[in-house]
Amino acid sequence: MGFKSFCFKKSLWVFHFGGASCNNCDIEILDCLTPRHDLERFGIVLVGSIRHADVLLVNGSINTRDKDRLLEIYNQAPKPVLVVAIGACGCTGGIFAEGITFAGPVDKIIPVNAYIPGCPPKPEAIIAGIVKLVNNS
Amino acid sequence: MSKKTIIPIGPYHPLQEEPELFKLYCDGEIVKDIKWETGYNHRSIEKLSESKTYDQVFFLVERICGICSTSHPFAFANAVEEIGSIEITDRAKYIRSVIGELERIHSHLLWVGLAGHFLGYNTVFMWAWKYREPVLDLFEMITGNRNSYAMFRVGGVRRDIEGSKIPTIRTILDDVKKKADLLTGAVMDDPVIHARTKGVGVLTRNDVIDYGAVGPTARASGVAIDVRKDDPYAAYPLVNWKVITAEAGDVFAKAEVRLLEMYESISIIEQCLTGLGKTKEGDINVKIKEIPAGMGTGRAEAPRGEVFHFVVSDGSNSPARHKIRAPSYVNIATFKKSCIGQTIADATISLAAVDPCYCCTERLAVAYDIRSHKKIMNAAGMIEHSVMKTSELRKNI
Repeated sequence: MGFKSFCFKKSLWVFHFGGASCNNCDIEILDCLTPRHDLERFGIVLVGSIRHADVLLVNGSINTRDKDRLLEIYNQAPKPVLVVAIGACGCTGGIFAEGITFAGPVDKIIPVNAYIPGCPPKPEAIIAGIVKLVNNS
Repeated sequence: MSKKTIIPIGPYHPLQEEPELFKLYCDGEIVKDIKWETGYNHRSIEKLSESKTYDQVFFLVERICGICSTSHPFAFANAVEEIGSIEITDRAKYIRSVIGELERIHSHLLWVGLAGHFLGYNTVFMWAWKYREPVLDLFEMITGNRNSYAMFRVGGVRRDIEGSKIPTIRTILDDVKKKADLLTGAVMDDPVIHARTKGVGVLTRNDVIDYGAVGPTARASGVAIDVRKDDPYAAYPLVNWKVITAEAGDVFAKAEVRLLEMYESISIIEQCLTGLGKTKEGDINVKIKEIPAGMGTGRAEAPRGEVFHFVVSDGSNSPARHKIRAPSYVNIATFKKSCIGQTIADATISLAAVDPCYCCTERLAVAYDIRSHKKIMNAAGMIEHSVMKTSELRKNI
């Protein structure tokens, strides 16, 4: 067992960064934690500070104002940290990629470990993405 | 003079999903002033809209906000249809209203959940979100997606609600109604919720008129404004329903208005489904040859209030100018009235009571010391503060 897989062996704590998003991905992320999907069964908890987190979820297109904050949050994260880009906007910029304030996509700013496409991705897709990510790291 | 503190709420916090910065200027525990910064969610939508065709703009405007992803297309469709003097079929009107009202139910349930969370009632949060799921299933059944439905187009809707689906929709709605009864009962009869929300974040009738607040925020203060009644569109003039108002103007009144509106929405949907039975299946679209030059305004009642779209057409296939005003934009300004003079713990719920939607307007709050401009508390700390107040109250009741 490598150091990285050792780090992600137990309960994953998640920090959620919503960039300039439309809220769809944000509510689907919360939806994963509420009773129908209930990810908290597996110890996956949303935490209030990146310093406590193993996973950084980024969704939404990143605009010029969010860019520096995203970078700062990534720098504050204890490494190793898994970065997941959620939704069409997180992966590529989606419909907002041509906008004048667009500064992303996420992988241009910080290294990304997994992409979960969809607009918004269903909670099942988010869970499947995280499972794949953990199994492969 | 006593020492003043600034509490920043945001820009990034785990449960306020969107980025937004509020600065509460505090003297001890009392909020003396509030300022907010926006721009974390600017996506240049109005500009992008000018580069898209009328059919494509619908996909763009529904991504302004994922929670009210019917209201924006609704208002845009109303605006474009005004330019072209287009009259849509009755069936399309009913389908538009069904989608609009389903969205209101899911949005109000979402708000009740978040309000519960801010008060430290995570049970309410979990319940409300659990009961919201069947509504999303309905969306998936009707439109193919849980959010962002892509149902609207100029001159009608994209998909029909087939007769075979109607019994299932009715069964699920009956179930949602039972669950809403349960939730309403739990919220309305809870002494702690009463203690935390009654007389908190009061907006008087005059405040609402002065600040131009809209939606449930205004209706909770006794101002009966609702675009669905004042400037009827889609199937709303064809069905019977009433505008829900409350007089108190506090957080409790806002919750009451939202919970009771869910019942009205269910009733509207049921009447629309009956209406669908009387119209011809598949008759959902009017053919549009072109949009003439001119300008049009479109209004729609989103779960949070009035959405306003203004479109200028130069006769080409894309808008020459597109102006959008979302309800939270005006509602946020009422924080000046509702939060000042409150304690920090009450400010949290007063901010949430408006159900501010920053992806519409453009979310995050932190507290600062007024003199030193040092951060003393973040949003997580504020919620913790609010939760502490609830648990202390609970001991005394």
